[in-house]
Amino acid sequence: MIKVQNLCKSFGPIAAVNGLSFSVERGEILGFLGPNGAGKSTTMRMITGFIPPSSGSVTIGGEDMAEKPIICKRMIGYLPENAPAYTDMTVSEFLQFAAELRGMRGNRTQQAVDRVVEMCSLKTVLHQSIETLSKGFRHRTCFAQAIIHDPDILIMDEPTDGLDPNQKHEIRALIRRMGEEKAIIFSTHILEEVEAVCSRAIIIDRGRIVANGTPQELKNRSETAGAITVRLTGVSTAVANTKLTQLPLVAKTTILEAPAPVASVRVFPKPNGKEGELGLGIYELATREQWKIEELRCEEGRLDDVFRSITLSETATEKSS
Amino acid sequence: MKTITSSWGPIRTIIKRELAGYFASPVAYVFIVIFLLLVGFFTFMVGGFFERGEASLTSFFIWHPWLYLFFLPALGMRLWAEEKRMGTIELLLTMPVTAWQAIVAKFLAAWLFLALTLILTFPLILTVNYLGRPDNGVILSGYVGSLLLGGSYLGVSSMTSAITRNQVISFILSVVICLFLILAGWPPVTDFLTRLLSGSTWLVDTVAACSVMTHFEGFQRGVLDTRDILFFLSIASFGLFTTGVIIRSRRAG
Ligand SMILES: Nc1ncnc2c1ncn2[C@@H]1O[C@H](COP(=O)(O)OP(=O)(O)O)[C@@H](O)[C@H]1O
Ligand SMILES: [Mg+2]
Repeated sequence: MIKVQNLCKSFGPIAAVNGLSFSVERGEILGFLGPNGAGKSTTMRMITGFIPPSSGSVTIGGEDMAEKPIICKRMIGYLPENAPAYTDMTVSEFLQFAAELRGMRGNRTQQAVDRVVEMCSLKTVLHQSIETLSKGFRHRTCFAQAIIHDPDILIMDEPTDGLDPNQKHEIRALIRRMGEEKAIIFSTHILEEVEAVCSRAIIIDRGRIVANGTPQELKNRSETAGAITVRLTGVSTAVANTKLTQLPLVAKTTILEAPAPVASVRVFPKPNGKEGELGLGIYELATREQWKIEELRCEEGRLDDVFRSITLSETATEKSS
Repeated sequence: MKTITSSWGPIRTIIKRELAGYFASPVAYVFIVIFLLLVGFFTFMVGGFFERGEASLTSFFIWHPWLYLFFLPALGMRLWAEEKRMGTIELLLTMPVTAWQAIVAKFLAAWLFLALTLILTFPLILTVNYLGRPDNGVILSGYVGSLLLGGSYLGVSSMTSAITRNQVISFILSVVICLFLILAGWPPVTDFLTRLLSGSTWLVDTVAACSVMTHFEGFQRGVLDTRDILFFLSIASFGLFTTGVIIRSRRAG
């Protein structure tokens, strides 16, 4: 549904977006990750036709955005960064305005407004001026505007930014629900959100894609993925660490902080080891030494770590070169 | 024909929103009241409406270029600057609406607002008709001229409003440009230019031909000249065209 090819955008000497290519199909929810200034918003503005690309193309449902902007824009619902809205209007006026601009008339307008008011729980503020809304309601109002024509494609720039945990949860549930039949792109810098909602994630940094895969695939790239964390009692941290390091399958260990009687160590396997082997080795060692195992956990890997290592290491190599 | 009707839809929607926006805040009412008070003051006190001893609205229309000089940049400054400041321009231009539809719609809304304000000066027409036998054709032509004059100022304001997100800057720029449009043909200035450029009257005439004063003058006498009408419409169109160019180039980065 959405196809982006070799997209570039420069603002004067700054290359904000530098050769992005990816596509999103119906039923997919693509998470767009990246540090501030990575070019997420700029990319979304090009996809929605707000700014023209310096080079490259955006294709929406088979149509080229540069050639048939109106047809493309009809298929898209867009929630811009910071959820802008006409503050002098009431929620209901604003939604009617959006519906009419989307070409609805008469009865259909009211039906569409009623539908999104219900979906976004805006009933209580329907006749309140947008200026006086709390941030959560304002966000939901702008979100409601984006889905008022039940678009096939939904683009959202930081849809949960500045919301409280309950509101975040609601919005995520809404996105997940709609993701079943739409093509969705949303940007965020909250990593747990990606795990909770996305079917695929792209990490961009300084205008380039630095990682692309399912959340699980990305997590597997984490350094800690596959490592085992043990919490032991009946042994000092130093002794436990030494003995664990001596196990044949172990590449290295790190000592984790733990309250007094507990020794907590993270054990990294050698790269060629078989799955499960390391856990068994540690278990046997503990039984032999008569340590008591409080916990033994295989690490899944953390998106945080991947994100940090990718975006930081790139910066570091740039500086050193 | 179909394209005309289908592009009219969004334009009407935006006009409706803009007008509702004007009246949602007290600014519109303040604007109308102050305008009417000033018009009354200039017409009766400064213009010598009664002393003239004639049944006409000459002392009314003569002030319009000067009153508009401050009122219309104030009305037009928010057209695009406000959209940019609030970020709603991003919503508006990602809707299935072309930039020119949005530009024309916002301009027309401001122009309609001006028309409404002018309509509210109808007691003046009643007054002159009560006091004497004015030529109502001349009065009508004066109103048409005034509306066209206002349209040209609003075109300029739309343009300056697209340049910046700061409404004050937009206001000042547009006052300066409109002032130039006035002064180029204001008798004291043309007299001065004639003396300065003694002989080359064509140059003075060329400068004066760019002035709204020269073109507004005929309307006040009841002469509807196509060239004058075209002059005001071209300034407005030029302003709107430039608005489009500026908005596009801003987005192009
Ligand atoms: N209109 C603009 N003019 C100049 N530079 C811009 C403009 N918009 C964005 N940028 C620059 O482009 C880069 C990417 O910005 P943005 O897409 O907003 O990042 P993100 O949304 O990922 O935080 C930043 O360095 C930003 O300063
Ligand atoms: Mg951003």
